[in-house]
Amino acid sequence: MTTLIDEEGNSEKLSVASSNSDANGVKMRKQTAVYVYEAPLRLWHWVTVLSVITLCITGYFIGSPLPTMPGEASDNYLMGYIRFAHFAAGYIVAVAFVGRIYWAFVGNSHARELFLPPLFSRKFWREVVHEVRWYLFIEKTPKKYIGHNPLGQLAMFGFFVVGITFMIITGFALYSEGLGQGSWADIAFGWVIPLMGQSQDVHTWHHLGMWYLITFVMIHVYVAIREDIMSRQSLISTMIGGWRMFKDDKPD
Amino acid sequence: MSQIETFYEVMRRQGITRRSFLKYCSLTAAALGLGPTFAPKIAHAMETKERTPVIWLHGLECTCCSESFIRSAHPLVKDVVLSMISLDYDDTLMASAGHQAEAILEETIQKYKGKYILAVEGNPPLNEDGMFCIVGGKPFLDQLKHAAKDAAAVIAWGSCASWGCVQAARPNPTQAVPIHKVITDKPIIKVPGCPPIAEVMTGVITYMLTFGRLPELDRQGRPKMFYSQRIHDKCYRRPHFDAGQFVEEWDDEGARKGYCLYKVGCKGPTTYNACSTVRWNEGTSFPIQAGHGCIGCSEDGFWDKGSFYDRLTDIHQFGIEKNADEIGTAVAGGVGAAIATHAAVSAIKRAQHKGDQE
Repeated sequence: MTTLIDEEGNSEKLSVASSNSDANGVKMRKQTAVYVYEAPLRLWHWVTVLSVITLCITGYFIGSPLPTMPGEASDNYLMGYIRFAHFAAGYIVAVAFVGRIYWAFVGNSHARELFLPPLFSRKFWREVVHEVRWYLFIEKTPKKYIGHNPLGQLAMFGFFVVGITFMIITGFALYSEGLGQGSWADIAFGWVIPLMGQSQDVHTWHHLGMWYLITFVMIHVYVAIREDIMSRQSLISTMIGGWRMFKDDKPD
Repeated sequence: MSQIETFYEVMRRQGITRRSFLKYCSLTAAALGLGPTFAPKIAHAMETKERTPVIWLHGLECTCCSESFIRSAHPLVKDVVLSMISLDYDDTLMASAGHQAEAILEETIQKYKGKYILAVEGNPPLNEDGMFCIVGGKPFLDQLKHAAKDAAAVIAWGSCASWGCVQAARPNPTQAVPIHKVITDKPIIKVPGCPPIAEVMTGVITYMLTFGRLPELDRQGRPKMFYSQRIHDKCYRRPHFDAGQFVEEWDDEGARKGYCLYKVGCKGPTTYNACSTVRWNEGTSFPIQAGHGCIGCSEDGFWDKGSFYDRLTDIHQFGIEKNADEIGTAVAGGVGAAIATHAAVSAIKRAQHKGDQE
């Protein structure tokens, strides 16, 4: 393992597994690997995945509850449990997201990509266009990226960072209604309710936010699988093990 | 001897015994959530304080607030609060009419400059210079501004004055606006509801007279003592909500058993009011107790939030009225179809170029 200094001057952990044709003439491919996603970041990703799934399912059933439970009210607590799961998962997402912001400061340079798409860089936008063309089947080959590709970075920011921030804020605003006036959630997030009109409007926006995130998840999962197969680098295994594998040694 | 009678003097004059008066004071203390030690303080205030002059204006409204107010349940409240406050001008309740009534209004404003409470029922329409609501030959808008100028405080009675209510509902042709859009330099206490609960109205006034200051208000200017919790928080059907037991149809078993009305559009979880605790008509009942969901009448813009029987608001920007979940399902479905198509094209392209790669 060696240390590589990339263009931006960041040091990367790099390992190269290489071999040319062996004695029997079997063709071998050279694979370069870079350590991209550190352990806390990967943990955050999967914790968020599980929480968001929980939030979407429980949230949907809070809005459109399951059929009526039989028996006495005292024998059942279904809505109570569903709402508890929703609030617990909401807390986890929020705390994990705060931790993720912290990691953007102390983690490696890739930990910052999510929050800081270089919107004023001409090169960035050129590569966004290139990536769009690749998805429209106009470009034959995609470029290689250690972190997110520019389009991915843009989508991550616009869909995920904006979406989850919106959901955390509106979510805690709605949660504050249950905790009551003067509670910490009311002091920190209660202002959202009059800002959006009234409580029912916040509910409407929170519902729309869920569908926004569901749309993001659908595209995110599809693109991750597709790129894992079709691009020149690994994606899914990278978020599990942290190492980005490159499938070829050709220049970008 | 002061010019204006004290509250106590008024009560005695009306034949109320001291015993009844003290009972009233302790009941009021309890109603305001103040505890027993406050009863003598209220009694003291009532015995020594002069009556506060109140001007009650009516803009675009239906008089349901007045109707509610005069039905305030506790007999003493009904008989006395109207006498306690020196209700100098209220065109629906006062005996005088026409020029005489308008003269009283002017006199009160001049005589008690900066001391009177302005209670506003209804709201001003702004379109066509306020011509959609004329009082005494002049636009209500002018009367409101004039009376508000020298008021100590302003009470916005009901959803009309607080939020706009039905006359401000889409498309609002008269451009009716809540009074805080017109009165910007005075403290405004919003007492929303269509109408507000009688005891809430008299409770707010009693608090202001007793303590000589405004009740504690929330972010939107509503008295916290009555509007700090949702109907849902204190609803007697709440255990059925937590248990997941709902009325699914109006004639089903759940409706007969008094299950939660959430699924038939009850707005209790998004409505701040005291209905589930104070209730209506001498504490007899309130809409949910009568088997109908809350329609959220004390919330901002409740007419424009879609059907009374749906939990989610219609979103009009989409042309056809759709709610958030319908839009979301359509978008997710569309994205899903797009992904499937894109995946298929990707697979075909990949198959075509398989040979080129090495």
